Amino acid sequence: MNQRFQVSSSPHTRSTISTSAIMFMVALALMPSCVAGVLFFGEHALVVLVLSAASSVGTEYIYEKLLHKPVTVKDGSALVTGLLIGMNMPPAIDWWIPCVGSVFAIVVIKQLYGGIGQNFMNPALGARCFLLISFAGKMANFTTGTGMIGIVTQVPATTDALSGATPLAYLKTGQLFDLRSLFFGNTAGCIGETSALALLAGGLFLVAMKIIRLRIPGAYLGTFALLTLITALLRGYPSPAVYTLQQLCAGGLMLGAWFMATDYVTSPITAMGQIVYGVLLGILTWVFRMVGTGAEGVSYAILFCNLLVPIIERYTRPVAAGVAGQSREAKRLMREKEKEAKRLKAADRKEKPV
Amino acid sequence: MREKNPGLRMYKKRRRFSLSRYVRLKKNSPGERIINGIYFENPVFMLVLGMCPTLATTTSVINAVGMGLSTTAILALSNLFISVLRKVIPQRMRMPCYIVIIASFVTIVDFLMEGFTPSMYSSLGVYIPLIVVNCIIMGRAEAYAGKHRPAESFFDGIGMGLGFTVALILIASVRELIGCGTWAGLQVMPAAYEPVNIFVLAPGAFLVLAMFVAIMNRFQIGAARRDDSWDPTGKFVCADCRSCPRILNCSGKPVDYVVPAGTARSTDEKGGDA
Repeated sequence: MNQRFQVSSSPHTRSTISTSAIMFMVALALMPSCVAGVLFFGEHALVVLVLSAASSVGTEYIYEKLLHKPVTVKDGSALVTGLLIGMNMPPAIDWWIPCVGSVFAIVVIKQLYGGIGQNFMNPALGARCFLLISFAGKMANFTTGTGMIGIVTQVPATTDALSGATPLAYLKTGQLFDLRSLFFGNTAGCIGETSALALLAGGLFLVAMKIIRLRIPGAYLGTFALLTLITALLRGYPSPAVYTLQQLCAGGLMLGAWFMATDYVTSPITAMGQIVYGVLLGILTWVFRMVGTGAEGVSYAILFCNLLVPIIERYTRPVAAGVAGQSREAKRLMREKEKEAKRLKAADRKEKPV
Repeated sequence: MREKNPGLRMYKKRRRFSLSRYVRLKKNSPGERIINGIYFENPVFMLVLGMCPTLATTTSVINAVGMGLSTTAILALSNLFISVLRKVIPQRMRMPCYIVIIASFVTIVDFLMEGFTPSMYSSLGVYIPLIVVNCIIMGRAEAYAGKHRPAESFFDGIGMGLGFTVALILIASVRELIGCGTWAGLQVMPAAYEPVNIFVLAPGAFLVLAMFVAIMNRFQIGAARRDDSWDPTGKFVCADCRSCPRILNCSGKPVDYVVPAGTARSTDEKGGDA
């Protein structure tokens, strides 16, 4: 009985779920898209995925061993980072590029800032942008091998070859692609980003297991869809609703919204903050995709918003119970007190001989 | 031999490199000033001054050498002149006076470079005129040349300038080697090497600079912790610099830092390593 009334500092309610359990769930949720990627792009995709995950885990192990730190490989966060890096690679990438990315993500972005829970941006996305800037040619090469399911390389219902490397580059011109293949995922793109179906399944699995909440992906996809719909209407694209759906399914938006933007470390913890964060992500992605010159902008949008997270959290900090109603009165009293102190100080100064 | 804690003794036994153990020079002598500028108070790595040219002109080793040497010349001469004129310059008007002196030398160097090294002049671009507002030059004028004799100030300028040059060359070497596969324009890496473009761009500059600052901190904090007689303040104001967490930001004033039992330093022991 007296166990119940222990006095301790907060938090008082503890969850039994551990970091490794969460990371295992995330890895499990990523599996459908990995499998889809391997089916679409062939065994080289599998090699890339395995190599990037292995090099990420290996880097973390070696770094922590060398620096005599507690080895945190077992919590699975390095595995998820590695998987995400692999999923962000174009299918024909050289095998060593994801390894370089993994080393950069783990050493520079994660460990130098203090390891798990301390990184200021998503390690996988940081590595992706590092590679995009460093090896621009190779990272934009979307020629593919042949997987078990062939991918669509021409615009359906016409005989035109796909202009641009990915469907997203084609959508940029305001024309429609095939919604069904975009949703199913047999189109050109990065290994893990093409199949909206598999990503949605993984994301909803995470929501069902209460690993993530709908707030960030919901606000993100909702804002982006709304802005894209308005743009499509204003620019007079054919069938704006279908165009919006295709924009949602194409490129890295699904992968980013469900798996990257929801990273615990680099997203706000307050409910209001998460919605603000999602809306900001939606606006930025829309700016990059529809207003800017590039076709894709999910990774830069997420990285940029990662940097805004401390500010968002600061302005959405919840108010302690009972304080909210008094705040105006308390502020007035505080101002009066300050004025009084200033007056006294001024009077004090006058009295003193200079 | 005084009592030490055993952990510290084991740490000392590893005998890492510590420059101050071998180099003992008179304060403010030319040699001491130069070593101080290159190592102990390296303007880029330790004082973290002059970041703008450091980040912008280290894309190639050639540029770094040009930038470093021209800054060295200006720094030495402006330090000398400011030191000569330090009793003439009124205290309240010193900043404008310093800027006039510095700007004169920058103009001279600017014209000389335009005349004799036109290709380097065009590749360094706006960063040559910008030496006027270089923090290292203003900083040394304010912190050293305005208070010391001309010869000392001249060698302080040389030391600081060389330190700046060495730092720029180090950063540029890493950036050029990884980012282009070349060193000073010569192909070093094998043809199959894929250049990592980001190192030539601005983010690479920050990454490499941070890496060097971390290495220097490790050396100097480590040296401070191991070497009894090394004292960045030169004053032995605190009880023990070795275990002080603020050793590199030492203000020269005693801090209320709790001295671990058995490691307190008394005045007669200073300088003597047991």
